[in-house]
Order: sequence, then C-alpha cells, then structure tokens
Amino acid sequence: MLKVKELKRKCSAQIEGEMTIYNAAVLKEKLMPVLEDSRDLEINLAEVTEIDSAGVQLLMLAKKERAARSYVLNLTDHSSAVVDVFELMDLVSYFNDPIVLSGKKGEQRGS
Amino acid sequence: MDLDSALLTYIAEGRELLEEMEDILLRLEHEEDKQESLNAIFRAAHTIKGSAGLFGLDDIVAFTHGVESLLDQMREGTMVLKPTITTLLLSSRDHISDLIDYVEAGGNKITDTLREKGDELTQQLNDLGVGVNQTAPETGVQKGLAPAPTETVSRVSGSHAESDNWHISLRFGPSSLCDGMDPLSFLRYLGTLGEIVNIKTLDDGIPPAEDMDSEACYLGFEVNFKSNADKQTIENVFDFIREESLVRILPPRSELADYIAHIHELPEEDMRLGEILVRSGSLTQLELDEALRQQSALQAQETSLPLGNIVVESGMTTQTVLDAAVAKQSQVREGKSKEAQSVRVDAEKLDELINLVGELVIAGAGSALNAMTTGNNVLIESVSILNGLVEEVRDSALRLRMVQIGATFNRFQRVVRDVSQELGKEIDLIITGAETELDKTVIEKIGDPLMHLVRNSIDHGIESPDLRQAQGKTSSGTLRLNAYHDSGSIVIEVSDDGAGLNRDRIQQKAIEKELITAEQQLEDQEIYNLIFEPGFSTADAVTNLSGRGVGMDVVKRNIEALRGSVELTSVPGKGTTFRVRMPLTLAIIDGFLVGVDKSSFVVPLDMVLECVELNQTNREDSVDRNYINLRGEVLPFIRLRELYMAGGVAPRRENVVVVQYGGNKAGLVVDHLLGEFQTVIKPLGNIFRHVKGVSGSTILGNGAVALILDVPGLVQEVASMEMRAMNSAA
Repeated sequence: MLKVKELKRKCSAQIEGEMTIYNAAVLKEKLMPVLEDSRDLEINLAEVTEIDSAGVQLLMLAKKERAARSYVLNLTDHSSAVVDVFELMDLVSYFNDPIVLSGKKGEQRGS
Repeated sequence: MDLDSALLTYIAEGRELLEEMEDILLRLEHEEDKQESLNAIFRAAHTIKGSAGLFGLDDIVAFTHGVESLLDQMREGTMVLKPTITTLLLSSRDHISDLIDYVEAGGNKITDTLREKGDELTQQLNDLGVGVNQTAPETGVQKGLAPAPTETVSRVSGSHAESDNWHISLRFGPSSLCDGMDPLSFLRYLGTLGEIVNIKTLDDGIPPAEDMDSEACYLGFEVNFKSNADKQTIENVFDFIREESLVRILPPRSELADYIAHIHELPEEDMRLGEILVRSGSLTQLELDEALRQQSALQAQETSLPLGNIVVESGMTTQTVLDAAVAKQSQVREGKSKEAQSVRVDAEKLDELINLVGELVIAGAGSALNAMTTGNNVLIESVSILNGLVEEVRDSALRLRMVQIGATFNRFQRVVRDVSQELGKEIDLIITGAETELDKTVIEKIGDPLMHLVRNSIDHGIESPDLRQAQGKTSSGTLRLNAYHDSGSIVIEVSDDGAGLNRDRIQQKAIEKELITAEQQLEDQEIYNLIFEPGFSTADAVTNLSGRGVGMDVVKRNIEALRGSVELTSVPGKGTTFRVRMPLTLAIIDGFLVGVDKSSFVVPLDMVLECVELNQTNREDSVDRNYINLRGEVLPFIRLRELYMAGGVAPRRENVVVVQYGGNKAGLVVDHLLGEFQTVIKPLGNIFRHVKGVSGSTILGNGAVALILDVPGLVQEVASMEMRAMNSAA
C-alpha cells in the first residue's frame, strides 16, 4: 500500500491501490513517520486506483504537516482517479504540483 | 383509519411542534431578545417540513417551505417582526394544522378550500417579499439584458452583491465519512444541477497529525455555483447531511448584510473567509470592503464604543459569535436528551394502571385487617411493609398523571389575542404559576369552564380603550391567570382589572327574573353570586362570545361536578376575580377515617388541621349552640351524628376534627378517630348526585363502604341551614 524508498537527498514514497475511508487509518499510520523526514518528500500517486474524501484529506494533512515544518512535499504522477478528484475539489493549486496528463486520461476527464 | 404508526407519530409530533410554535409566536412580540425564539420557531417549521417530506406529504412541504423562508429572513434580521407578520404566521400555523388534520383523516389529495386557503396565505407570504418559489435569475444578464429588478426593501444601502451565482458554504460533520456521506458525492451531484464555477476546499478543519482521526471528516467547501435550479432543489441536495453538517446557501444577488451574517456563521476567521469569498468570485473586493465597513459600523452602533475601539470590538465579536454557536449547540443537545428522557404512553394504559393501583390499595387494607385478626406478629409486620410500598407505588402512579397547568394557560394566549382584536380591546395576558401541577383528567375537564371565565372577563370585564382612558386607567387592560396549591386543592384565578360587577344592574335583573324579591336585603357578595344562577345574563348586547345566559351557571355546574367550587370577588372600577378551586386528583386521596356509631366517614387528609377532644365543659356549653372556643377562636362545628341521623348514643368522649377549607375553619364532631386511610374514590351512583355533603364513597379493608365527606359542601350546607334557622327565628 505504501512503499518507501530512501534516496540520498530525498525520500520517495509510492502509494498503491485505494486511498479510501476503508484503509485511511492504516495508511495514515504508515504515512506519519515519512512526514517527519526532514529531506524532501516525493509521493508517487501513479498507482492510486481509487480515492475518496478520506484519501484527499490524508494528502491535505500531509501537505499541512510538511508545510508546518517548512519541509517539501511533492506529489507526482497523479493517476486519473486522483486528477479527477483534484479537479472536482479544485485542489491542483492547493498542492501546487505539476500534473502530467496523458492523452488517454485527458479524454476520460473530458467526457 | 389504516395509517401506519410512523405517520401517527408524525401527526402527534407535528401537533406538538405547532403548539410550541403558537406559544412562541404569541410570546415573541413581548420579548426583548427574539433571536432564540425565532430560531425555535424556525426549527419547528423545519422539522415539520422535513418529516412531511419523508412521508411524501407534498402539500405540507410546499406550504411550510414558504413559512420557513419568511422565518429564515426574520432570523437573519432582514425582516423585522410586525404584528401583521405575527398574524400571518399564526394563520399559517393554523393552516399547517388543518393540513395535518386532513392527513390524519386519511385524505390523499387536499380539498379545494384547503388549497385556496394555502394559496392565499402563500400569496401573502409572497407579498412580504419571501421568495417562496424562488428561482435563480435567468442567465439573461449575460445576454446583455437589463438586470432583473432587485428587492426594493433593503436595510443597508448599496448592499447587493453583483454575483449572479449561488454561494454555498459546506462544513461537513465529522461523522459524514463513516455515515457514507462522502463530500465528493455531494459535489458530483451538485454538478448535475448546474455548474460549479469555483470551489475552494478548506483544510482549516484538519487538526495536527497526531490529533487527526483519519476516518473523521474535516473538510469544508466554499462553492460558487451557477444554476437555474430553485433554492429548494439545491437545499434538497444536502438534506441528508443537514443534521450533522453546516450548510449555508446564499441565493444570487443576496444582500451584503447576508454575506456578513454568512461569514459570521462559519467557523473560520472572518478575514480569511472574506478573502475566500472574493477569490471564489462570489464577492468582489469592493463589496467585501463595503461589507466589512458596514459590519464595523454596526458594531460601533450596537455598543456605542468610540471608533478607535472597533478593532478590539471586532476581535470580541468573534468571541461572542463563537459563544453563541456553542450555546446553540448545547441547547440542541439538551433538547435531544430531553426528548429521549420522556416516553409517550397511551393515556388509557395510564388510567388502567391507576385503577389497578386503586384495587391494590383496597386489597392491601383488607390484608392488613386480616393480618391484625390473626395476631401473627411476623405477618402483621410484613403486611405493613407491603402497604408502605403500596403507598409509594400509589403516589408515583398518581404523579405520572400530574401535568403542569402551563400548557392549558398558554392556550388562552391565542384566545385573548383573537378575541380582544375582534372586540377592539387591548388586553395583556399575564400568566403566573404555570408550573403548578395537577391531575391530567382534571386539566382536561377544567379547560372549558376556564375558557368561559376568560371570555367572560374579556367581554364583560375589561372595558374598551376609550372608556378605560376616560376613567384614568391605562388603555390596555390586564387579564391574569394564576394557579397555586392550597390545602389539597389547586386554585386557579382568572382576574381582570376591568369595571367590576355592577351591583345595581344584577339586582335589577335578578328581580326581573324573579330570582329575588325587591324587598330582600342582600349583601354585595350575595348579589354577585347571583350571576351563577341559571338563566342569568346582564349583558345588554348578545355577542357571539358570551352573554347568552348559558354562561356562569354552566361553569359553576361543571366545576362542581369535578368536586370543585368557584367563587368571585369584585371591586367596582377595579376589576373582578374568579377563583376556581379544584381537587388535585380524582382518583386516590389520603383520607382521615372517622367513625360515628357504626358508620365510617372519610375526610380528605389535606383538609384536616387538627383533632381535639370535645371535653365536658365544651359539651355543656355547646348544648344548644354550634360553636366552641378553640384557644380563643370561635370554631363553628357540625355534629355528624345529627346531620346524617346515624343513631346510637354519643359516647362519653367525643372528638372534634378541625378542617380547613379556603381560609375557613370548621369542626366536625365524631365518635371515634380511626386514623389515616388511603382512600380510593369510587364515584357515587347517579341517584346520589344531588346529595349534598358527600363527594364519593370508598371501600374499607373489611369490605364495608365509607362515605367521603365533601367538606366545602358540608360547611356551606350547614351555613345556609343556620341562615334559614336564623331567618325564621327573626
């Protein structure tokens, strides 16, 4: 569900599968120590298959926590599920990360 | 009727809420701080509407929605309370009540008369500027057409926001996620009703990581929403979360004051919210500045603080707003817990319980007696414990039926208001002692006689404003309802500060009706009491309220049928007071058992003051007079033996039971004092209805019947016998 790779300069994590109310508690447990890391943190969202408000809330918590410590948090490779929700809640500017859209995903959203 | 139980509950609840609404509405005009009451009325209307929606009672929903909108405007202060509005709200309340009655009667489609009435009221609500069928302005503005005319009534100048879009503020309750109410689904659904022009997701609610519960919802949204849907449709989207969450919807082109109120209501800091509103496009920066300026101006006005303090003041406002919010919340919680503490019980079941307790009491007395005769100490002991418990059960069973008289009194608010308007009189109703408790059955039966007394006071008692002023009184009259407990009975007073009874006219009328003769010399009080005679009415004009001559005698009869009594005092020019005295309960009383020869009698214990021995001196003194010297006071007495012709010979030592009733003392001379006795009142048969001095019967432990003495009746009876004796002697 959460894989953490520690690189020299930064910490990189990948969230896979659901980010929903059903696993939010477990996910938060796992995410907490990573948030303490003083190196730049990058969370890869490419493999997030489903995300609901609880999941969004976790990401917002992560952002807030990192910001409070003046640490960096970058979300990368947003999956289409994540992009959908970010657009609906207008959170793109909130996280302020570049979002790369593949043509296929774009079509899905456009519909 | 084949209504399911849920609907029945709705009807019962609806009625209660409507009653509450009426009470508050009537109180509202006199209240200093109306906010709480307005909120309460709004909540009542909202609950009625919401539950009606659940049952698909569309007529009620549609109509109540209009009322709710008006209340909402009043709550926000954009509509100021006027008597006309109160009247309209009262009529609307009545209409909702009619609709509910109709539902109860099993009607599916409302009748034309009801519909017309509803339309008429809705029209009136509309005229007050309530958008009952409010629809968002057409997008015509964008096509270059002139903007739709805005409301002409406005409290603050230049105060409309220019935005064509709705503004929706959402703060989801913590349990939303667990309840399956994902904010995302609501946003998606909202998207189907129109266009979400701008949305701001707020993270302010998210606590620090260690305190955050990942399954609780902390999200808030400020949504700028463009839609042609009407307010109700948009409100309906959030019906499921309204309880838990904060949902505020501002229609397009709302007044700036609304935005201020809106900003205040939300949990975040005012400044931050203001910025969010600007960024979401609901307000322009100019409008926000204006709003904030007005806000400070208002605050300065309210507190009359020097301008320099406004900054400090605005800091405090956040605090007071917060306090108000907390207070409101805890109030809601209290209301809920109160609801949970009471149980609805069928009155019939309660009556059955009381009956059974009555039988239990009688059986208990029987077993106590039987135990005595066996002489078995262990048995006597345990039976006495048992009877102690029975007594407690009896008391708490009777307490179940005790209700406060306040609800009955409050019904008269409406009567006074309506009737005084009809007659063009100004009348204030003052209620005291509303918390006085009495048996539910008594309350139910006292309503009609009281109504008559109240109407009588309004109609005959209180004069018209002109007349009052001419007499140097305030132009508005005062009607007082008061209740208090007094020696085992409840006293209800209906008093007015009107003209008082006209002695001469009553006398003249009584002579006309041949109730008295012209030669009879009567005390004022005796003349006043003539109004209780059958067929007596002094009103010159027969109004539809009273004065048809079927009044006071019926009142008196009804009250006496309940073992009560009514008396009046009147001071010319100062007013009249009717005093109704009722027994607290009609079922079981604590009695004092006395014996004359072989018969037993019960005196209600509450009326017994003391017992003294009728000693030799007193006996000799009082052979041919019926009073004794009780510690220097004259105590008139009655010999029960003579009164009831009990026969037998008086024993060497007789006893006097001193009873008190309504301030008068009297003695009852009996043979034996048998002690306290739990008395289950069994009504007497119809043949005995006219027997004076006896109010009921009871069954003793040994199966014998004892009569319950009607002390007030007895005292009166004896007094009038005495009077006759004196008159014939003279």
